[in-house]
Amino acid sequence: MSKAFLLDGASVPFEDGETVLAAARKAGHFIPHLCWDERFPPHGSCKLCVVKIDGRQVSACATPARDGLVVQSATEEIMDERRELITMLFTEGNHFCPCCEKSGNCQLQALAYDLEILAPRHNRFFPERPVDASHPDILLDFNRCIFCELCIRASRDVDKKNVFALGGRGINKHLVVNAETERLVDTNIDKDDLAANICPVGVILHKRHGFAVPIGERIYDKEPISALDLAAAAEEHS
Amino acid sequence: MTKVFVPLDMAAKAMGADKVAAAIAKEAQARGQSVQIVRNGSRGLLWLESLVEVETPQGRIAYGNVTAKDVASLFDSGFLGGAPHKLSVGKVEDHPFWKRQHRVTFKRCGITDPLSLSDYESLGGGVGLAKAFAMSPAEAVAEVTKSGLRGRGGAGFPTGIKWKTVADTPADRRYVVVNADEGDSGTFADRMIMEGDPFALIEGMIIAGYAVNASKGYVYLRSEYPQTAVVFGRAIEILREAGWLGPKVRGSNFAFDVELRIGAGAYVCGEETALIESLEGKRGVPRIRPPFPVTHGYLGRPTSVNNVETLALATLVAAHGGETFTKIGTPQSTGTKLLSISGDCAEPGVYEFPFGVTFAEVLAACGAERPKAVQHGGAAGITIAEREFGRRVAFEDAPTAGAFMVFGQGRDMFEVARNFVRFFAHESCGFCTPCRIGTTLLRDLMQKLEAGHGSPLDLAEIERLNHLLQATSHCGLGQAAANPVLDGMRKFRPAFDARMLHKEFQPAFSLDAALGRARQMTGRDDALAHLTEDRA
Repeated sequence: MSKAFLLDGASVPFEDGETVLAAARKAGHFIPHLCWDERFPPHGSCKLCVVKIDGRQVSACATPARDGLVVQSATEEIMDERRELITMLFTEGNHFCPCCEKSGNCQLQALAYDLEILAPRHNRFFPERPVDASHPDILLDFNRCIFCELCIRASRDVDKKNVFALGGRGINKHLVVNAETERLVDTNIDKDDLAANICPVGVILHKRHGFAVPIGERIYDKEPISALDLAAAAEEHS
Repeated sequence: MTKVFVPLDMAAKAMGADKVAAAIAKEAQARGQSVQIVRNGSRGLLWLESLVEVETPQGRIAYGNVTAKDVASLFDSGFLGGAPHKLSVGKVEDHPFWKRQHRVTFKRCGITDPLSLSDYESLGGGVGLAKAFAMSPAEAVAEVTKSGLRGRGGAGFPTGIKWKTVADTPADRRYVVVNADEGDSGTFADRMIMEGDPFALIEGMIIAGYAVNASKGYVYLRSEYPQTAVVFGRAIEILREAGWLGPKVRGSNFAFDVELRIGAGAYVCGEETALIESLEGKRGVPRIRPPFPVTHGYLGRPTSVNNVETLALATLVAAHGGETFTKIGTPQSTGTKLLSISGDCAEPGVYEFPFGVTFAEVLAACGAERPKAVQHGGAAGITIAEREFGRRVAFEDAPTAGAFMVFGQGRDMFEVARNFVRFFAHESCGFCTPCRIGTTLLRDLMQKLEAGHGSPLDLAEIERLNHLLQATSHCGLGQAAANPVLDGMRKFRPAFDARMLHKEFQPAFSLDAALGRARQMTGRDDALAHLTEDRA
C-alpha cells in the first residue's frame, strides 16, 4: 500500500521526498504557484501555494508530503488569500497588460484570470523602474518583476553565469544586473540561456520577436493556467 | 591612590563619560592628587549617566549625571573621600533601584573593569567553566535542562533541549552562534553585558561549545554597536592570550575559539535563520524551516543559536547548578529577565527581575507615574494596557525579549501603532509577497487615517491585511507586523476612532484636486470642471 495524504478530501499518493505541491500536481490537483519550478529547489517566496495543515498555513512547495496529512487548499479562506496575494503583486509593480508583449503568455495574468480577479483593490505603488535595453538580443523591463528569483537561480545554478541578483530590501527590493555598470550588455548572458527564457512574467523579453503570436492565440488565451500546468505535469511523468 | 570608576558603556559615553574621565585625570594632576581611573561597565542606572563612583573605606560612593564641568566642584567638595555634593547618589547598593531587583546576570556588570580577567575571576568568573569541565558534555547539557533555562530572545525555547539536539545530531562539525543582533525597538541589555561583562558571554559560549561538542563560536553583532565591537573584540583577544580560547582551553583537551562578525543593519537578521544566512555572507533572508538550525544551521551543520543573555545565564547555571537556578522565577519561567526600560518614567535603565514580576511592580520600580500603556517585547511584542498591569512578565503570561517601553497619559496610542507599522515596512526583507507588499499597504493605510481620510472600511481593510500577514508570511517579522495596530485597535479604540472623520468610504486623495492638471491642460476652470462634495 503506497503512502498518501488527503488534499481537500481527495487521496493523493506520493513517494518519499516529494513535496505536497509536487505530489498534488502529479495526481492532477492544481495548487497555484509562481516562484516554484520543478527544475529548482523550493523557494517559498510568492506564497501562492499556501495550504493549511493542522491549522497552520505553510507553503505546499516547501512542505514534504507525509502519510496521513490532511491538507486544505481550495477553501474559500485560502482562495481569498491567494487572490489578495496576486492583487498585491499587481499593486506593487507596473503591470499594463493591454500593452504588454507577454500578455497571454504571462503566468501572473493567467493566474489572476484563473482566480477570477477582476480589479485591483489598492492604490497602486507606481514604482520607477527604468528598462535596460542595452543588450542586443534581450530587453529587461523591470516594471513587471514579481521577485520569483527564477532568473537569478537559473543563471547562477544552471547557466553558471550569475547574471542577476537582488538589491535593496522590503518594498525597495529590486532585481539588478551583476555588472559594474549594472547593464545587461556588460554580462555574458545569451538569449538561449535558461535565465533568458524562464521569466514567468514580462521582465526578460527577446528582442525582434514582439507579437509574433497574435493576442488571442497565446498560451493562456486558449486554456486556463491550472489546466495547462496539470497537462504539463502529466507529460513530465508519462 | 583612589580608585574612580567612570563607565565606558555607550550609554555613559553618549552622556560625555570620556570627557568626564579626562577631566578627572587632568584635575587630579593639577591638584597633585593620585587617582586611578577604572573604566567600568554601566550599572544600569542609565538616567544617572555618567555615574561616577569613588572607592572609599565606606564603600563605593556614587555621583550621578556628572559632566566634565562638574569635575572641579566635585574635587572642591572632596568627592575622592566620598564627601557629599549636589550630585551625590550615595552607595548604589543602597539605592532603591538596586534593592528592588535581583541582579545575577549583572552580578559584575558596572562593578568590575570589563577587560580585567582578575576582576572577573575575583567575582565568580570562571567557576561555571571549571565545573562544566569537571562534568561530561552530556552532564553539562543535563544540568542546563534541569535548570529549566529558556531562550531569552523571546520565544523561550528550552536551552537544554536545543543543546541536546545539536549534540545528538551526527555531523563532522557543530557551531555555537550568539545572536547579538539586538535590534528590537527599545532593547539595550545585551549591549550592556557585552560592554560591561564580556567575559561572561564568552565563558557561556565555551560552556555551550563544550556541551554540544563545537569548537567554533560566532558572535553576530549588530553594526549599530561599534563600541561593543571594540570592547568585545578586545575581550576575545585577552581570553586568547590567557589560554581561555584556543586549541587547549584552560589546559584541557577541548579546543574552542570565538569570532566576532558584524551585521549590516537589518532587523530581520535577528531571526536565527536569516542571521545564519548573513553569517554565511548571503542576503539576510529567513530560510524555509524545517530543517531548523539545530540540525542544519551554519554551513549546513548543527548549530546552537543562543541569545547573549541566555549564554550569560548558562554560565551561572554551570556555576551554581541547575537546581539552584529553578529557585528563582516561576516554575515555567525559571531565573531572571533583563528588562530594558525606556519611555515615560523617571528612572529608565536596565533592570533585572525574577520572572513572574508584575507590570505594576516594574512600573513602580522605574518611577512611571500614571502610565497608559507598556509596549512589551518591542515592535513585534504586545501592547499592555493599564487594566492589564497585574499581568506577569513570564513565558506563560507575557513573554518578552526584554524591551519595556512606557507610554504616559499624554501619548497618542494611534501614533505609537503607526510608528511601529512604519518600522516593519522599513525592516521587511522583501522576500515574501505578503510581508513585502502588505507592510507597505498597512503603513499607507495608517497614513491615510492619520491624514484624516479614514473610514470604518479602512479598519476592515487593516483587519484583512493583518489576517493575511499572520497566515502567510514567511517568518515572524511579517506575522507580527500588524500586532501593534491590532492591539491598538482593541485596547485603545478611541485613539483610532478619533481618526474616523468619515462614516462612508473616503479615497486617500482629494478627487477635485486630482482633476487640477486636466483643468490646466484644457484651460477650463468653470464650476462644472470642479467636483463638489455632492457631485463627487
